[in-house]
Amino acid sequence: MVTTRTTPEVGGMGHSPRRKEDPRFIQGKGNYIEDIKLPGMLWMDIVRSPYAHARIVSIDASKALAIPGVLAVITGKDLEKYGLHWMPTLMSDTQMVLPTDTVKYQAQEVCAVIATERYIAADAIQAVEVEYEELPVVVDPFKAMEPGATLVRPDKGKDTNHIWHWEVGDPDATDAILKASDLVVKQDVYIPRIHVASIETCGCVASFDKVEGKLTVWMTTQAPHAIRTVLALVAGHVGLSEERIRVISPDIGGGFGGKVPVYPGYVIAIAASVLIGKPVKWIEDRMENLQADSFARDYHTTAELGVNRDGTLTALRVKTLADHGYADSAANPSKFPAGLYHICTGSYDLKGAHVEVDGVYTNKPPGGVAYRCSFRVTEAVHTIERMVDIAAHEIGMDPAALRMKNFIEEDQFPYKSVLGWEYDSGNYHAALRKAMDIIGYEDLRKEQLEKRAKGELMGIGISSFTEIVGAGPSRDFDILGIKMFDSAEIRVHPTGKAIARFGTKSQGQGHETTYAQIVAEELGIPMSQVQVEEGDTDTAPYGLGTYASRSTPTAGAAAAMAARKIRDKARKIAAYLLEADEEDLEWEPGKFSVRGNPDAVKTIQEIAFAAYTNHPQGMEAGLEATHYYDPPNLTYPFGSYICVVDIDKGTGQVTIRRFVAIDDCGNIINPKIVEGQVHGGLTMGLAPSLYEEISYDEAGNCLGGSFVDYLVPTAVESPHWETGHTITPSPHHPIGAKGVGESPTVGAPPAIANAVVDALWHLGVRHIDIPMTPARVWKVLRDHGVEG
Amino acid sequence: MIPAAFDYLAPASLDEAIDLLARHGPDAKILSGGMSLIPAMKIRLAEPAVIVDINGIPDFEYLREEGGQLHIGAMTRESAFEQSGLVRHGYPILFETAKVIADPLVRNRATIGGNIAHADPANDHPATMLAVGATIVARGPNGTREIAADDFFNGFFSTALEDGEMVTEIRVPAPTARTGSTYLKFERKVGDYAIAAVAVNLEVDEAGHCTSARIGLTNVSDVPMRARNAESALIGHAVNAKSIEAASREAAAECDPKADLRGPVEYKRDLVRVLAGRAIGRAVARAQGRTH
Repeated sequence: MVTTRTTPEVGGMGHSPRRKEDPRFIQGKGNYIEDIKLPGMLWMDIVRSPYAHARIVSIDASKALAIPGVLAVITGKDLEKYGLHWMPTLMSDTQMVLPTDTVKYQAQEVCAVIATERYIAADAIQAVEVEYEELPVVVDPFKAMEPGATLVRPDKGKDTNHIWHWEVGDPDATDAILKASDLVVKQDVYIPRIHVASIETCGCVASFDKVEGKLTVWMTTQAPHAIRTVLALVAGHVGLSEERIRVISPDIGGGFGGKVPVYPGYVIAIAASVLIGKPVKWIEDRMENLQADSFARDYHTTAELGVNRDGTLTALRVKTLADHGYADSAANPSKFPAGLYHICTGSYDLKGAHVEVDGVYTNKPPGGVAYRCSFRVTEAVHTIERMVDIAAHEIGMDPAALRMKNFIEEDQFPYKSVLGWEYDSGNYHAALRKAMDIIGYEDLRKEQLEKRAKGELMGIGISSFTEIVGAGPSRDFDILGIKMFDSAEIRVHPTGKAIARFGTKSQGQGHETTYAQIVAEELGIPMSQVQVEEGDTDTAPYGLGTYASRSTPTAGAAAAMAARKIRDKARKIAAYLLEADEEDLEWEPGKFSVRGNPDAVKTIQEIAFAAYTNHPQGMEAGLEATHYYDPPNLTYPFGSYICVVDIDKGTGQVTIRRFVAIDDCGNIINPKIVEGQVHGGLTMGLAPSLYEEISYDEAGNCLGGSFVDYLVPTAVESPHWETGHTITPSPHHPIGAKGVGESPTVGAPPAIANAVVDALWHLGVRHIDIPMTPARVWKVLRDHGVEG
Repeated sequence: MIPAAFDYLAPASLDEAIDLLARHGPDAKILSGGMSLIPAMKIRLAEPAVIVDINGIPDFEYLREEGGQLHIGAMTRESAFEQSGLVRHGYPILFETAKVIADPLVRNRATIGGNIAHADPANDHPATMLAVGATIVARGPNGTREIAADDFFNGFFSTALEDGEMVTEIRVPAPTARTGSTYLKFERKVGDYAIAAVAVNLEVDEAGHCTSARIGLTNVSDVPMRARNAESALIGHAVNAKSIEAASREAAAECDPKADLRGPVEYKRDLVRVLAGRAIGRAVARAQGRTH
């Protein structure tokens, strides 16, 4: 039950006011990159490689340059003069801006055309003549690890495609526990390469003012402040100094992790603007976005889970090959090359675990970013939830009962996991029980038995996931050295209205509403009178941005803390105005009153006015505060999802009959926004389960590089999501909230996968990799003797 | 996703359109709904020098019954088939075909004439037109002629249309009281082309024997095709589980699918078997008045 302390007019936590940003979005009045038009603005388009690995023999731009309106063709050799042909990735790897000699994946940038009009630029890229000499291609990460494999990155000076090895946990103790277990279930699990496919592709407008020496870049970025610093670090040697770089992230049409990296297109556009002295716009088209921007997932895992006959889970061993394409361009915290993958012991009280991950180069686009997933948590959850289901089936125990038996108990929190995390709070039994009650779990199991007797295929799948979000505490979390705090700055105006600015950047999450609600909750100023701004590095306080479900855990916390600083000052002013001792004042949202004298009241509006007109002598005027919030711990949202599927034996089609999602994200700021986040997240969890995958043929050609074959599910494919929640506040977060944006994307795939395998287990099916397309399921059916 | 430059011409009459096509020859492409042409132009798979936009030609969108046939204007939008009571009740196979083409946004623009003249074996109407034995009316510099659907699709994206000819009308025979027909499509997601689809149009006499059958298949060969062996397995036979099974196996055997991201050849063949069985069963039930 969501409780409220403020009136609906004030609209603090627990209320669901209409989103403040929606009037402009609904009316088509948003301001996206494509809407930005500057006088004299030029257009950039990019020539891309048709080959996955090739030497560039020559680039002949003469025909392109002969087209009226074409101003320049920029190559890697041009950038090399300024030392800008390579750039660092957020994982301290290196990545080409433009190649000087070889291309490493299909659709890689080869050179860029600058023209006066978009259409002329498109004509010009066709007129650039590039001669390539094809080189051997390595696509499969296992083959890439074999001795003698084609080297993707000879520039690294190593005789291997291996990038890094990372491990955590005690291998010997884990091995001993597994050996002592009654049974060890082992399974290969592949989590395919997918793409966030946000509705807005990436792009920027770079505008360099030669007189002021100032660069302004409007760009599709989830982390404008970090981008500014990166630009200053990589381009400082050509005169770009951080105080003269302004990054503006305007309205963003979805990010999901895909708009965290710095893409070559941004850098080329910036270089072009600096060289030419005019604004340059670059907007990817859909196919460029799908084929060249950072992908997500691509984890090849072998997992072993120990289980005793009584249903006790013992220990987990995981080995993973991480295919990073030609560069490690993930956006993980520095210390964690595999992200927070070691949350893979999940919701279970395991006594041992050991995880090893090896990063590998291949001739594929770079990345390893998220897909609405906090740093490899989807990979972790899919692995453990699949393994738990396999273990349950192997020992003949109901998967729900096995989970209930092994969940971390409510009184074990804060719980220290065997891989080193400290889970803040949870009540896993309650969430699963609630989901089982809503869906009618026991009756469904009876129905399944009846259907099976008739030869019909029906499955029930559970996923009881634990998320790990809100990165993160500065002792462990940084990106390129910048600690992962986030910030809020609140100014209360004389008339009692406020502006609040943040280091994060909404891409559709509704920050303008939820942050205003946090301020309303803490100060009693109506949320409608709190203006929220983000995304402009010249005005907003520094922060690491919005991804990994971190906005509420970090900047949301900063909002509450800054508001409390303001409240502390307001108390002093109120005491002065009421001629009372501070200790005698009582706060309720929006006003202080004198204890025992309810008529002696000062509202926050009266106090704000006094802060500028009648403040106590010796006190600074004004009513504002800034807070940089360094979270003491991560937050651990969780939930239990149950999915019911029916399988068509003829076509192999999986139909989701019901899907119940119980989420616990701690205290809820805006229930309607949370519900919307869960609906969107579940649909993005459905996507890779049944539809989405980007694969490559042996020559490294991208299959699925357009919406013809990259199958983003629509409302038609989405089942009716039945959502609900439990509330287990985070004990360390100022408002007890945990973050919710990614939980459903993380939690949904194993529920669907487990349901499909559950429908087929009696036929001898142990596992099917996602996406469970009709063709893939059909093959499994026929291989197991099922005729349709 | 930016097309190459082209000239845009918008004739106000059929005569003018035919004239423009004759004048510009192979440089010209007809723009009807544009649902296949414009994407092809955006990725520069097609770079026509001249676009002849026929959307401004009057009286080109209609659905009317005349002389025991449904006459369909070539510019009739797919959405019109969904909204027409005449089609829904009198020609359910056309309703079912239009309903599964792409999505509502596309169906508001896409036209039946474009769907047929483009002759994409993945398009949905060709199989249906083969199944119902439609007649395609074409007009060119030498006048108007009628082409049987069986003769219309003659190669990969290739038709019997001569240079300068355009489709103006499609005629579909009205079903008899003993006709049952259906279109059954299986796709990966809404808006996708069919992995496979089956159009069935048959008649069953009072004794339960199939007296005629025409079956069209979508996206399982280079050319929209009839499953003639499957038809033979039904015609003259009592319709029952055994004959339907035999016919659906014939359809699977005679189709010629290619492997792609929709699935391997074996899957597509088996899918034709499954869909054909279900579609024939449904058509038979309709023919016998057991269902609609």
